[in-house]
Amino acid sequence: MCLAIPSKVVALKGNVAVLETMGVQREASLDLMDEPLEVGDFVLLHVGFVVGKIDTSEALESLKLYAEMVAKMEQDA
Amino acid sequence: MPDLIGSFRDKDIILALVGQIKKESVGLKAPFKIMEVCGGHTHSLMRYGLLNLLQDTPLDFVHGPGCPVCVMPKLRIDEAIALAKMPDTILITLADLMRVPGSSGSLQALRAKGADVRFAYAPLQALEIAKENPDKKVVFVAIGFETTTPMTASLLLQAQEKGLKNLFVHNNHVLVPPSVQAVLENSQIDALIAPSHVSVITGAKIYQPLLEHFNIPIVVAGFEPVDVLDGILRIVRQATREQALLEIQYRRVVSFEGNLKAQSLIAQTMQVRQSFEWRGLGMIPFSAMQMRSEFREFDAEVVFAKFLPKAGGLEPKNCLCGEILKGRAKPLDCTLFNKACTPSHPVGACMVSSEGACAAYHKYLN
Repeated sequence: MCLAIPSKVVALKGNVAVLETMGVQREASLDLMDEPLEVGDFVLLHVGFVVGKIDTSEALESLKLYAEMVAKMEQDA
Repeated sequence: MPDLIGSFRDKDIILALVGQIKKESVGLKAPFKIMEVCGGHTHSLMRYGLLNLLQDTPLDFVHGPGCPVCVMPKLRIDEAIALAKMPDTILITLADLMRVPGSSGSLQALRAKGADVRFAYAPLQALEIAKENPDKKVVFVAIGFETTTPMTASLLLQAQEKGLKNLFVHNNHVLVPPSVQAVLENSQIDALIAPSHVSVITGAKIYQPLLEHFNIPIVVAGFEPVDVLDGILRIVRQATREQALLEIQYRRVVSFEGNLKAQSLIAQTMQVRQSFEWRGLGMIPFSAMQMRSEFREFDAEVVFAKFLPKAGGLEPKNCLCGEILKGRAKPLDCTLFNKACTPSHPVGACMVSSEGACAAYHKYLN
């Protein structure tokens, strides 16, 4: 029910975004979005609506920390 | 550009996080009970074998009430069935609600007998169906926690704007904090993994009162296995330092304030109910939403009040779904689990819903 899928914005048409989710394109309402989106942005899609933008720099930051943890574990092993 | 799905399922990262959790949780009391509120987290714990990976730790995972289909009491299912039985009616539902047994059969069984009951992927499909069927009453059964409430709000606003007179909403939207509070008041839980996508809408701020009231670590974590484990590691770190903080692990989408536009659509169309019945948890004050009086003409409970039953039937005998939702039992404690109760022949809602704890255990243990 609360699952939402990371999707890429491939086109914007007024209050509707065309999203690509795992290779499939579909339209989603922008009715719940109060921040502007651009083509290429990553968003979360839930039951036909864009619910939020994914901050890719935050994602990269997290992944960098995990990579350091993996490297340290391999070092300790 | 990061792979936003694959990177957060990376085996090496999963193993590194598990190693870290094992190392850092050594000094914690056993069992250290962590409740994951949301069915999405329950599934991640099972699907990626995280419970097995963490079994040699003091951590014990309790599954919470965050499964909207599971927590719907029988009376509300019976109401949906009564609405579907009205003449010239099309009833629309999301998710697995179709299969949950009411006092006399399910919506699915009613559909097999010829009632016009339809499954939708998105609430806005109800608008199209109402426009295409002007001579029919179209009733949308709205269910879900805070994640899905703004979509129903958008549907109501659009129906009002288009002047639709044949679309109605049976509003069953429920709230996370009051249900979690009800569980925490009756169980010994040491920390919470707070929901991912509820928090995208509401912001982490909704857990602040729970933090102040219960003084336990609360971490908002994403659904991917790496997110869940990072959330658990943060809880372990807080606990070993004897801290109780509200933390956001899922920072790539969740903020403290949440999606203010979505919140404003809800505020325009709905208000909190005085009280609402939950399966297993009973009546909980201020735990669900209803339409504001300005939207009364769309409220199926008001417009079709004379068709609705007044009391729900009894829960199935020996079914532990209610106890599981309270965090007091686990699926394996139930004598029906995997015997009389399976996904193809479910006895209780926790097995019917794909998000239910019993469905998760069945799927990943078999």
